[in-house]
Amino acid sequence: MKKMLNKESLDNVLYINLSKKTFKIEKRTELFEKYIGGTGVATQLLLEECPQGIDPLGAENPIIFAVGPLTALYPLASKTVAMFKSPLTGNLGESHCGGRSAVAIRMAGYGAIVIKGASDIPLYLSIQSGKVLFRDASLLWGLRTDSTGRIIRENETGAGLRTIMRIGRAGENLVSYASVATETYRHFGRLGLGAVFGAKKLKAIVVQGKSSLPVTDWKQYRKSYDEIYQQAVHSPVMKKYHDLGTAENVFPLSAKGGLPTKNLQEASFSNAQAISGENFAKNFLGRRLACSHCPVGCIHIAALREPCTAEDYFYKTSMISYDYEPIYALGSLLGISTPDAFLRLMDVVEACGIDAMSAGVVLAWATETYAKGLISPKETLGIIPLWGDDSAYIAMVKNIADRKNDFYKDLGRGVEQAARIYGNIDGALSFGKNEMPGYHTGAGTHIGTLIGMRHSHLDNAGYSIDQKMSAKGNVSPQQLVDALLEEERWRQILSSLVVCFFARGIYTPELVSQLLALSGLNMPPGKLNDIGRSIHLQKYLFKKREGFSFDDMLIPRRILETPAPGGKIDEEYIRQALVYIKTILASDNG
Amino acid sequence: MNALKRKLTVVETERCVGCQSCMFACSRRQGEAGLTNSCIAVRSIGGMERGFTVVVCHACENPPCANVCPTDALKKRKGGGVLLQADACIGCGNCLKACLIGAIEMDKTTMKPAICIHCGYCVSFCPHNVLGYNRAKSDEENAQ
Repeated sequence: MKKMLNKESLDNVLYINLSKKTFKIEKRTELFEKYIGGTGVATQLLLEECPQGIDPLGAENPIIFAVGPLTALYPLASKTVAMFKSPLTGNLGESHCGGRSAVAIRMAGYGAIVIKGASDIPLYLSIQSGKVLFRDASLLWGLRTDSTGRIIRENETGAGLRTIMRIGRAGENLVSYASVATETYRHFGRLGLGAVFGAKKLKAIVVQGKSSLPVTDWKQYRKSYDEIYQQAVHSPVMKKYHDLGTAENVFPLSAKGGLPTKNLQEASFSNAQAISGENFAKNFLGRRLACSHCPVGCIHIAALREPCTAEDYFYKTSMISYDYEPIYALGSLLGISTPDAFLRLMDVVEACGIDAMSAGVVLAWATETYAKGLISPKETLGIIPLWGDDSAYIAMVKNIADRKNDFYKDLGRGVEQAARIYGNIDGALSFGKNEMPGYHTGAGTHIGTLIGMRHSHLDNAGYSIDQKMSAKGNVSPQQLVDALLEEERWRQILSSLVVCFFARGIYTPELVSQLLALSGLNMPPGKLNDIGRSIHLQKYLFKKREGFSFDDMLIPRRILETPAPGGKIDEEYIRQALVYIKTILASDNG
Repeated sequence: MNALKRKLTVVETERCVGCQSCMFACSRRQGEAGLTNSCIAVRSIGGMERGFTVVVCHACENPPCANVCPTDALKKRKGGGVLLQADACIGCGNCLKACLIGAIEMDKTTMKPAICIHCGYCVSFCPHNVLGYNRAKSDEENAQ
């Protein structure tokens, strides 16, 4: 087959050792030929580099980044996949991030980066084409994520052509769900990559590059590029992400009764209008941003103007990002009823570098548990968490990030760990020790999260299956699991290409096959499905190796107590689904 | 209208979302996939929260870059700006320093400057009409 690319740099894997401050570049052509890139390649590198049973915060836990063959060639192949062992779940950690990360890594001449060991002093890495600089970051330790970004920006070259990944205090202090921020507003969220950075004394990574990916078949390349670009710009399925953004879901989900509210004591929020995408757009939207090489621009930034001192005439205007999931977790789930209060809380969450969803779920559980009298001001250091009180929540987020006392340390280990110590396990919205995503649409979304091989509602689309299936009437747990699995296996391919899941309607199996053929990879849709199935299975085998089991999964009582739009969810139905998926994966494994 | 007389302009920087599709288009137009020889620079103004600066050649009528070229490799283009005669260029980099807005960058593979020729290809890859492609003012219009 004619190769479109004749000087491929994707198969360069950069290995960095933080203990020895050394690096090497190895050609891993076979990995990329077999597993494409992104999730597929990162899974293999994780299996190679992560010994069984290690401490996620130990030096031996590898951090793996991978991009894909379409990155920097086509629009929307804009994600970087990170893999590591999660300090939150003690198991498979996978997180995806956009910003400038994927294009910068590819343009620096790498397909994947593996970081091992731990530094003795705080440092940041400056990764360029063919070289890695180990820079002393002692001065940056303790700084907010945005200040860290600003200082590195001013000290490094490559403006516009670089990504700056960094952690805040939560990561430094090993909070189990600390995140890594890039380009101020994008994140490797969930599952605690920030704490893995912190444990390695790795404050930040800047990657920059400006190179070429030579193309041999220009006619085909331009034609396919133009088609994808036109769809990305004009397709109605992409328009919603650009206009109101993901926040457009807030009001309709609340109206349907699927918006988790006040720790899911309720599923619709009386103040949903105030924190809706429409209201943010009308009164707060200050700017929209895009990831590199994505014409959509789904990132929505609010401008919040507030007095900055008690003295008159001093104001500050903060630019704070919002999306559906943070509005759920730091909004409705906490009974936060004004956009200003949400934005103030979001700003602190961003500055500390903590996962917004996990933080919201933990605070919601703490509010309820306090009301039950199971925790007292002694634990909370005098703070009284009440629904809607953003100043209490802001103080608590800072205490979690700073690990102020034993109680806040426990909150920093995740909602399930905290509930096992203080009680109210029925109110802990935990799925496999990870905090709940923002959808209470039916059994599909919850089962999808329980059985998923990552952590995200986007992996399995359980929430959209809920809506499609409920329209069709009764669906058996087996049918539901089959539908979830089919989708999730395909999304292993999308995340191996590092195509943003928002563009899943554009990147059909047929188009993906066509584009890979232009790169010399012969992968018809049937073969892609097999690879997707194989990647999915290998992630499951990693999880099993690290102690995961469908048998003893905690099903949060609260999701059974509070009716979803289609009525109450039956525990037996979920258990049957779990039994069924176990047999399917056992047979996949031969 | 003579295509040579049209020029690329930045119509509204505030609409820029920073997707850099124009930068990739510029490279593609020159037969490269990637960014090596892109003649447009889109970068944040000290962080994404403040938005972007979109640096494109201003198509100066009396281009400082051409004036400092020791080998006359930069020829004045009709309608403003310059055209690079690559054979004559010795890669000294004087032109980069002379361009106060930083619209010229060195192509690291050829070690010659990457300079916009105002072809307008990038304009159709700007999703939000940040870029425009206008007719340059004639000498008579300028005089008015």
